[in-house]
Order: sequence, then C-alpha cells, then structure tokens
Amino acid sequence: MAAVQDGQLNLEVEKDIKTEITNDGSGNINANSSSPGSTSSGGKSKSPAGSGEDQQTLLAVLQFLKRNKLTESVDILRREAGLSADADDSPVSESAGAGSGGVPSVGADGGDANSLLSRVSIATPVAPPATAPPKVVAASGGEDQPDVNVVLSAYSQQGDPVLYPLYYNGLKKFIESVLDCHRAELSQVFYPLFVHMYLELVYNNHENEAKQFFEKFSGDQECYYEEDLRILSSMSKKEHMKGNETMLDFRTSKFVLRISRDSYQVSCLGKPEMSRSLWQLTITYRMLSYQLLKRHLQERQNNQIWNIIQEHLYIDIFDGMPRSKSQIDAMSGSLAGEGKRDANKAKVFYGLLKEPEIEVPLDDEDEEAENEEGKPKKKKPKKDSMGSKSKKQDPNAPQQTRIPLPELKDSDKLDKIMNMKEATKKIRLGPDNLPSICFYSFLNAYQGLTAVDFTDDSSLIAGGFADSTVRVWSVTPKKLRRVKSAADLSNIDKESDDVLERIMDEKTASESKILYGHSGPVYGISFSPDRNYLLSSSEDGTVRLWSLQTFTCLVGYKGHNYPVWDTQFSPYGYYFISGGHDRVARLWATDHYQPLRMFAGHLADITCTLFHPNSNYVATGSADRTIRLWDVLTGNCVRILTGHKGPIHSLAFSPNGKFMASGATDGRVLLWDVGHGLMVGELKGHTDTIYALKFSRDGEILASGSMDNTVKLWDTLKAFDDVELDDFTAATGHIHLPENSQELLLGTYMTKSTPVIHLHFTRRNLLLAAGAYNP
Amino acid sequence: MAEERRPKQCTVVLPTESMKAMAESIGVGQLQEESCAALSEEVSYRIKEIAQDALKFMHHGKRCKLTTSDIDHALKLKNVEPLYGFQSQEFIPFRFASGGGRELHFYEEKEVDLSDIINTPLPRVPLDVSLKAHWLSIEGVQPAIPENPPPAPKEQQKTESTEPLKAVKPGQEEEGSIQKGQGATSAEAKGKKDGLMRMKPRSTHELSVEQQLYYKEITEACVGSCEAKRAEALQSIATDPGLYQMLPRFSTFISEGVRVNVVQNNLALLIYLMRMVKALMDNPTLYLEKYLHELIPAVVTCIVSKQLCLRPDVDNHWALRDFAARLMAQSCKTFSTTTNNIQSRITKTFTKVYNKCWLDDKTQWTTRYGCIAGLSELGPDVIKTLILPRLTVEGARIKAVSDGPVVSNIDKIGADHVQSLLLKHCASVIAKARPLPDNVEQYRADYGYLGPMLCSHVVKARAQAALQAQQVNRTTLTITQPRPTLTVPSSLTLMSTRPGTPTQLSPPATKYIVMATSSGSSSTQQVLWMASICKISRTLKLSSSAVANSAVDMMKLALMRTATGKGDPELPLLQRISSLELPASEIAAQINA
Repeated sequence: MAAVQDGQLNLEVEKDIKTEITNDGSGNINANSSSPGSTSSGGKSKSPAGSGEDQQTLLAVLQFLKRNKLTESVDILRREAGLSADADDSPVSESAGAGSGGVPSVGADGGDANSLLSRVSIATPVAPPATAPPKVVAASGGEDQPDVNVVLSAYSQQGDPVLYPLYYNGLKKFIESVLDCHRAELSQVFYPLFVHMYLELVYNNHENEAKQFFEKFSGDQECYYEEDLRILSSMSKKEHMKGNETMLDFRTSKFVLRISRDSYQVSCLGKPEMSRSLWQLTITYRMLSYQLLKRHLQERQNNQIWNIIQEHLYIDIFDGMPRSKSQIDAMSGSLAGEGKRDANKAKVFYGLLKEPEIEVPLDDEDEEAENEEGKPKKKKPKKDSMGSKSKKQDPNAPQQTRIPLPELKDSDKLDKIMNMKEATKKIRLGPDNLPSICFYSFLNAYQGLTAVDFTDDSSLIAGGFADSTVRVWSVTPKKLRRVKSAADLSNIDKESDDVLERIMDEKTASESKILYGHSGPVYGISFSPDRNYLLSSSEDGTVRLWSLQTFTCLVGYKGHNYPVWDTQFSPYGYYFISGGHDRVARLWATDHYQPLRMFAGHLADITCTLFHPNSNYVATGSADRTIRLWDVLTGNCVRILTGHKGPIHSLAFSPNGKFMASGATDGRVLLWDVGHGLMVGELKGHTDTIYALKFSRDGEILASGSMDNTVKLWDTLKAFDDVELDDFTAATGHIHLPENSQELLLGTYMTKSTPVIHLHFTRRNLLLAAGAYNP
Repeated sequence: MAEERRPKQCTVVLPTESMKAMAESIGVGQLQEESCAALSEEVSYRIKEIAQDALKFMHHGKRCKLTTSDIDHALKLKNVEPLYGFQSQEFIPFRFASGGGRELHFYEEKEVDLSDIINTPLPRVPLDVSLKAHWLSIEGVQPAIPENPPPAPKEQQKTESTEPLKAVKPGQEEEGSIQKGQGATSAEAKGKKDGLMRMKPRSTHELSVEQQLYYKEITEACVGSCEAKRAEALQSIATDPGLYQMLPRFSTFISEGVRVNVVQNNLALLIYLMRMVKALMDNPTLYLEKYLHELIPAVVTCIVSKQLCLRPDVDNHWALRDFAARLMAQSCKTFSTTTNNIQSRITKTFTKVYNKCWLDDKTQWTTRYGCIAGLSELGPDVIKTLILPRLTVEGARIKAVSDGPVVSNIDKIGADHVQSLLLKHCASVIAKARPLPDNVEQYRADYGYLGPMLCSHVVKARAQAALQAQQVNRTTLTITQPRPTLTVPSSLTLMSTRPGTPTQLSPPATKYIVMATSSGSSSTQQVLWMASICKISRTLKLSSSAVANSAVDMMKLALMRTATGKGDPELPLLQRISSLELPASEIAAQINA
C-alpha cells in the first residue's frame, strides 16, 4: 500500500530528489520519509489541519486518501484502526501516546500527515527550544512530516527486518568513530536502541531475525543489563508481549539518557535524516561512518533509529563537559535509564525535627542508676547537649507541623528520658573504636526466616516466617505477658499505683509469643516506636497490625492485592508505609483502613520501604533498580536515584537525615546525599545481596549485612568527608566517585553459616545482628 | 562471559515430544508437529515467566535456593492454582524411564499400605525455632568461639602449606628483602620488574603468652592423671577452631612423646598420645596434612613396636595396637591422595615388616600382631591379597607355639592374640569371597591349622549377614518423612531456650578477671576463654615483651584478687595457675633477649 501511495505523492518532487537519491524508486515506505519537502507541498493545500486528537486525525487522513482515490490504502487503514482500538499496546494508541506525551515537540507532530504539513512551518518557532538546539527541532520536524505510516503503526511497518543489524552496526561504527570524549555518552544510546529494535522485530513477527539480532548484539550491552536481557530473550513472539511487565515498562516509559550538549550536537549531526538544509553538515559524518553504504540506506537507517529515539527515549541535555565512562556507569543501570535531572531539583527538607523539651529529673535518676562515681561529671554534658539541640532550628528541617504528628504520651516521654540516659552511656565509635557485634541466630528455622526487626530499645525481637507466623521474643529477663481478659480487668482496683502491673496476666508470661493470622510468608515486619504495636506484611496481600499488649491482630490493612514485600513504621509512630509487587507504595495511618497516600511511579516491584528520620519523606527501593524519595505531604516523588545494577533490598538513613545508604542484589552499597540527590559513595566488598544496612547512632559507622554470611563495617565519616561538593557537581550531578572501598572498610565478620538479614544499633551503640542458621 | 550464555537462554525450549506425551496423557492423540512446536514454545515462555517470578519470592524469602513454595506463590500471582503435592523441600518425586524409543519423566506414586503407616512409630517432633546469641565481634575482634567460623579456614591453611610461594609484585616487597636502587643488583631488579616475584610469605611462629598457657594446660591435661580433665582437653582439641597456630607444637609434642615413651615402655602415656592424635584428626578446622610426617611414624610405632609396656604379659598393649591401627586406617582414608600415596606407602611398610617376620621365626609376636592389625584395618582387599595367602604359615607357627612344650608365657599370649585377630578379620572376608558350602576339611586343606576354626567363624559370619539382610528387608517399609530430618550442629546443641544477651563487655583489664573466675568454675570454660583471650591479646599486640610482662602481672593480680575475694575454695586454683607464672616470665625474658 505504501508504494502506491508514495509513488503518487512523490511525483511532483521526484525531480529534485533524484539528483541526490538514486535508488528511490524501490518504493519502500521509508522512501517516503526521505522526501519530506515534496509531501508537504502536496498535502498542505488539500486538507485543512486536523486537531491534535487521534480520532480526528484518522478521519482527516482517510478523507485525504479518499480524495486521492487511494481506496486500497483507505481499506487497510480502516482495518488497522479498527484493530488497534481495542488492544492497548497496539500501534495507533502507542503512537498516539508517544505523540501526546511531553516529548520534544517533534514527536507531537507525528500526529497526522495533513496537519503536519501545514504545521511544519510553524513547528520550528513553536517547539520549546529548551531541550534541543533549534537545529535539531527543525531537522526532526522536517523528518517527521511524511511519516503517515509511522503514525499509523508505530512499532510495525519499519521495513526490512534484515536491515536491522545493519542499522545497528552502522550506528555502532559511527559511535566508535567519534571523539573519545563523546563516545561514552553516545554509547548510552546502544542499550535502549537495542531493546526497542529487538521489540520491533518481535512485534512484527520476525522471530528469527529477532533472535539473530539478539544473539549478535546482546553481547555488546553492559553486563549490568543482563537480567533484563534474559527476560527479553525469553520473549520471542508477539503474543508474549501482551501482559509482560518488563515489556510494558519499556513501551510506556521513556528511557532517560543524559547527554551533554556537545555530544548531543555531534549525534544530531550524525543524523542526515534532517532537512535538506542540514544535508551538507552531515557530510563529514557520513565520510566517517558510512563510506560503504549506499545513500538511501543511510537515510532509511537513520530514520529508523531516529524514530526510536524520539518515541522511546528521553534525552536530557546538559551544558558542560561530557561525562566519562565511569561516571556514566555509576549512574546507569536502572530499568528506565537515569533519573531526569529536574526530577531531583525539588527541595528536600532533610533536617531533623526539633525534639520536644522534656525536663529530665537528672538528680534522682542518676542516683538510682549510677554509683557515686562520675555523677557530677555526667550532668554537665547532658545539659549542654540538651540545650544546643533544642535552641537551634535546623534550616534544612521541615516545619514542625508540616505533617501532623501524634502527640507525645506520658509513656513516650518516659521512653525519651530513658533514651537520653542511655545515649549518655553511648560508646563513641570510630575507625579505632569498632562496635561489638552480638549475633542472634535463629535455630531450627528450616530456612523459613524471612524478616526480623528489633525494637529501638533492643528489648524485643520479632521474626516473620515463611510459615505465615510472626514470633516475638523478649531478650531481656522481662517476660512477655498478655493483658488480662475483660472480665478480669473489671475486678482490678483502678486507683492503685501499680495498676499497669496489675492488668497483666502473670500466667501468660513466656519468653516468646507466636502471632497467627497471615496466610502467606511474612516478608516485612516493623515495631512501632512505642513498642505497643507490630506491623507485618505478607504474601497474602495484607498488612497486619498486632497489639503487643494482647498479642492479637488489631487490623488487617487491605489494599495491595499482591504480595507486600515490606512495611515500616514512621519514627514517630502512627503512620506507616508499605510497598509490594503492585509497584505502588501506600502510606497508611494506623486508625484508617484506607491508605492516606499512594506513591506510584516505580516500574517494578517495590522491594523495601523506609521513613526518613523526620517522617516527612519516605524512601522506596525497587526491583527497577531505582530508589525514589516521596514527599509525604504532597505525595510527589522528589528524588529518583539511579545507579544500582540490581533490585534494591535495603535502605538506611543516617541519623542526621542528610545521607542515605542503599544495598542491592549486586552486592554494592551506595551512599546518597539526600539534599542534592547525588550519589556520593560506593562501597564494594559484599559478594551477595545486601539485606541489612544500619548507621550507628551517631552516624560514624555503617554496618551492612549480606547473604554472603558477613557483616561489614564501613567508615562513613570518611566516606562523606572525601566527597567534595562544588556548585558544578551539585548542579549537574556528575560526581567523581573516589575508589576507596578498601580504605573505608573497617572490618568484616564472617558468621559460620548464617546469612545476615537484620542489623540494629542499640542505644549504646552495640551492634545487634540477626539471621537464621542455615546448616 | 555472559555472551556465551545468552544465546542459550534464547533458544532453550521444551522438546516437542513432551508436548505429545502430555497431549496423549489427557486424551488428545495425533497432535500435529506444528502445533507441538507452537505449544512447546508457548509453554517454555510461560515456564520461564513463572520461574522469574518465583525468583522474586526466593529473594524476599532470603534464601539462595528456589523451593516449590516459591513456584506456588508465583503461580498465585498469575491467578493460577498452585500445584499440590510438591510441598516437601528436598524430595523430587520424578523418575526417569525410557523404552520404545521414548524417554519419559514421570511422577511415581506408590501404593501405600495404611496399616504400615499407622504402625510405624511417630517421627520425632521437630524442634521449635529458638534464638541464640553469641559475640560475633568484641570491639572489632572476632572471638574464636565455636559459634564463629575458624579464624583461618582450612582452605587457607591448605593454600598456605601447598603454595608457600606467593606472587609478590616488585615494590611491594617487605623490608628486609633486597633494597632497590642499589647498583649491584640493578640487573636483578630488572629481572624482578619483568614478572612477579615469588616470595615466601612471612608467617609468625611465635605463640602469644595466652596461647602458650593454653598449650601448656592442654598438654598437661592430656598426659596428666586426671581423666576428667583429659576428656575436657581432648574435647577442646577436637572442637576448638583456633588451634592451627599451635598445631606444629602439638605434632612435635606427640612425636617426641612417643619416641621417649616407647623406650620407657610407658603404655599409659602412649595411649594418651594416641588419643590426642585422634582428637586432632577429629577437629574439622585443622589442616593436618602438613604434619603427617611427624604423626604417622608415631602412630606406626605404636602399632608395630616390639614392646610397648613394662609387663607385656599383663598389660593390655594389644588394645593400643588396635586403636593405633584404626587411627592409621582412618588417616589413610582421609589424607591419602594420588600425590602422597599414603595408603600404598603404609601398606608397603607393613608388608615389609610382615615379610620379615614371616621369614624370621624369631620376630616378636607383638610386632607380628601389629602388622596384621595394621594391614587388616586397611580393608578387605588388603586382607585378601596380603593376609589370606599367609594363613597356612601363620597357622603352623601358632600351632608350634601352642603345642610346643616349652614356651614362655609371653609367646603363648602373643600367639593367642594373633590367632583371634586373624580369625576376626579373615572370617568376614572369606565369608564374602568364598562360595558355599563351608567344608571343614576343605578349609583345613586351604588354610592349615587355622582352617577348622576359620570355618566355624565363617559360618557364624554368614548367619549374621543373613540376619542383617533380613532386618534390612523388613525395615524398607519405612515411609519418607515429609519434614527434613533434624540436623542440629554439634556445636550449637547447647542452646539456651531464652535468648539472653551474652555477658556484658568489660574493659580489657578486667577481662583477665573474668577469665580467672571462670577458670575456677569449670575448666572447659577456662579453655574456651583462654582461646578467645589468645585471639584478643594477639590483635591487641601483646607480643612485645613489655606488654607481655604486664599481661602476666595483670593476670597474677587478677588471680590474687579473685582468690582473696572469694576465699579459700579458690586457693588451690591460685596455686595451680601461679605455677604458670614461671614459664610466662621466662617467655618474657626470652623475648627481651
């Protein structure tokens, strides 16, 4: 059909094209696109410009075709349109989606042939020049005009599958031939291009070609994309594409690349698909890369690649020096490329909230707890620290009332006092003063231990198990007791001093309690800060709230219909966050059965969740290899952190809220500056998934625990000191990571055969670790 | 690397035959080849998809092994009903069968007699989950306690001993090697720069004070008079993970001890030393291969020595020979490799000695006994080739002793022992090798004097074997337990039901007090504490003389304090430990010098 159509349309302009293009007579669809000027002149007069809406566009096109007596094409188009209406990943809606999205204006123009033609002239001024230099806009505008076919069937139609490897190879050669400083940046294009070309082949039922294409070029891709490539390789038929999540991710989201302006211009120069005016500019490039290819081939190829770039890639252009290979490698790896730079521009109030002032009855407490030694000394520093803390309001801290927080109860105040007292006895850690590690092994767990949590005061341990149970242990001599039944409670004298003691049922005292209620493995577990509640999330799609007074389930929060991988209480209690297979993180309040906020944006399972110490933000790590930071108040995503090469399984905030650490299946710990949204460190050393991360109470030491049966300690003070943040790096986010993992590693402690799945620093900076012994 | 794997991933699909077989199993015959191919691709894709989802569950389950439940959960994600009947973790119920040009994997379901199940005793209830706490690290140092992995894993010890030459880059050389830049060695330096230098790594051969104390305590306990203490010391040798540094001392101690005590005919001490060898061999964390050259001669001495005790007629030195022979066989089994050929070398040694006594009537019965014991422990093959052919001669010799008129009591006893030994070991071998019937005359013809006795033993052995076989047959009806059998590591059996926090840390000076008090309460604890303190002090660099001195002083002080504080019961302890003071100060003096 294309041939007929093209032939007629091109008649007028054939003359001037022929001078340049020798082989155009082949009547390929793409020949059409290579002769933009002609179509525009022909179409402009005939059809009035349609609106941007698809339906109208379609009608306009049909009209146009009819007028030209192209009945065959009309039929085909009708049929296609009818087909495409129901399937959501079908060509038309796809292209429409691409068109209407906030892509470089060029993409939007792809909408309809008729209007396009008229719009070409306007397109240049209208297009926002913010992202691309004017040249590019003009060029791509010109390029887009004749693509009626592309509009109609996005992925399909793209010509001869045999040529794909050639196209790809051509680009590869070109990129290999450019200057070194641009090469690293430009080669970022390879992976997304590869993926989309492969998908196109698969989509168009060129199964064998797709397979060959894959075999030929999959080896060129960066090794950290191996996981995705494996999924991709299993997808060899069009039918498979429907309902495949990875596939959907690729098609619905744009792969984000950051390229410096210089490099981008080079790459634009490399595209001779642009309008005639640019033709000469591209000669140099052509001399370099395509001496052996015929001209029409070049053009078709570049159209192909250019289309993919426009439809599926988002190129974030920045001014300044191109980045080096290592810089790019540090940031790439996620499912959808890097985060856009403006995604990390929002201000994050990472400071801590002001602690409420509590009068500590210093003297008598001291006398009770401490012996006569050292008593006078201890009072002074305490007062000082109290004073300094309460006076200064951190400029980076959010307002105290930014989100409503629960009021402090008397028991909370008591706990705070205890906390402060303990804090004075805290051991100051450092490279010369490493913490002692006490390891809690779960014996006879039959590989069934899936989650562990400690209370902040380290008095209780909870474990979630694959057999759907939750178990709570007391690690202090104080046994776990249930509150008496209602009938018994009514008999108690409520005026007595020890009423709190009396309500407990002595008969139920035991070291551990089992909580039954879930119907699937328990993957996440979290104590409330006041130790009255316990949260657990499970494969059965629910999050349950348990009372540690009665040891019964209080609420089952339903909302996630799929496994909930993690849940976490806010440091101030009341709120909690959960995230799971459905890719949505939900923020709940314990007294609401429906979520308060839903954080959507991740492209794959949310694997871990964590509250910022000031409770105003929530961090989520995902299997799409990104970390996102969400604002609890607005529900917006305020940070997208890329750099991990595997699903993220652990997160930790430094106690001052300024930094974050994350661990993934790739065995690396990455350190982040939350305020700037920058990666500031990389800690290599583990050989397997990191399931546990924790900063010491003062933030000097980061402990990481992994599947490889080790606990490692890292010097974070040095790690954060070594990074110098000048304005430029802060603005562009291109940081040179020092290769100093070995210097930062303070210690490695092997267990016998126990994977470390949780770590916790006690208030005195003793490190507790937990895992199931796995003989 | 990954390139090689990926094409495979792309292409692996189920064979079309499987599709046919499955179609037939649900009653669809004659499936077309094309449909089979299409089906198999579709099925393979779905299977891969499910496997990928199942992996997620494995990761979140914090495991390295995919289980059937992961697959069930992945199916549930896709709204597919899980498969039932595959719940057990270890058991894969598929059997393979081929025939008629087809290969099949099928699910074997046996008919089970319910009464059998009802009548079998209930399996043991699996232990409940429990928590146990231990110190993974104390102020940055990992204590050498059984809960922690050994400080130097066996592999490391092995590489250290087998590859003593480490590749060292020039420039990384430690001080003491040739200084670079000197004119005379410029050519050498050039050579070095070309490639990596191979250098012997520096290893410390000094033991810290605490290790020396431990060594002394252990060796004293092992050869001392108190049996309870010896048992504890041997237990410590067999389980303690941090002994590798003391291993050379132990092996020298044993070999020297055997040399001296064989001359002095001190049977008891020899037995103690052999028990030490056994304990060392039982310790899974030690790489013993390095010291076999000292241990094996000692053991062999205890097997074949002419005289091991002062009164050979009364003392049971035969038991020592048997024990040592078993040790020898065990070490042959564990340490023999194609390079060291221990097994064949040992066999040769025994045979040589044996040949000598075969030829020479004057050889002691004790040596003869030792040879036979040593050989027969090495297995039925050795017995068959080396001992059976000599039974006739041996029988004649025994006959001569027992029938002969004038013999010393010692010879008679020796002959008796050899006879019973031969009967014991040979009977079972003959029972297996020789066809029925057991004819006494035939036996006499074949084996001479020992023939009739052998015959009766063989008959007994056969009866016993038949009885055992019967029992085996009867017990085959046991059903597989769905739960995996319980495996509790020996080191972790002492778990407490309540997960208490381990003893609070105390500053370094008081650590010694803790050690001293605990040594008073129980000597195993003492040993453990000593071992862990050895580690601590080593990393605290207590090796320098001044610190060593002060450590000894501190210990004494601590002991004094505990002793005086606790009163009389501790006094003997104080005396005992203060007797250690001398060697410790000696060491300090040595270091000073």
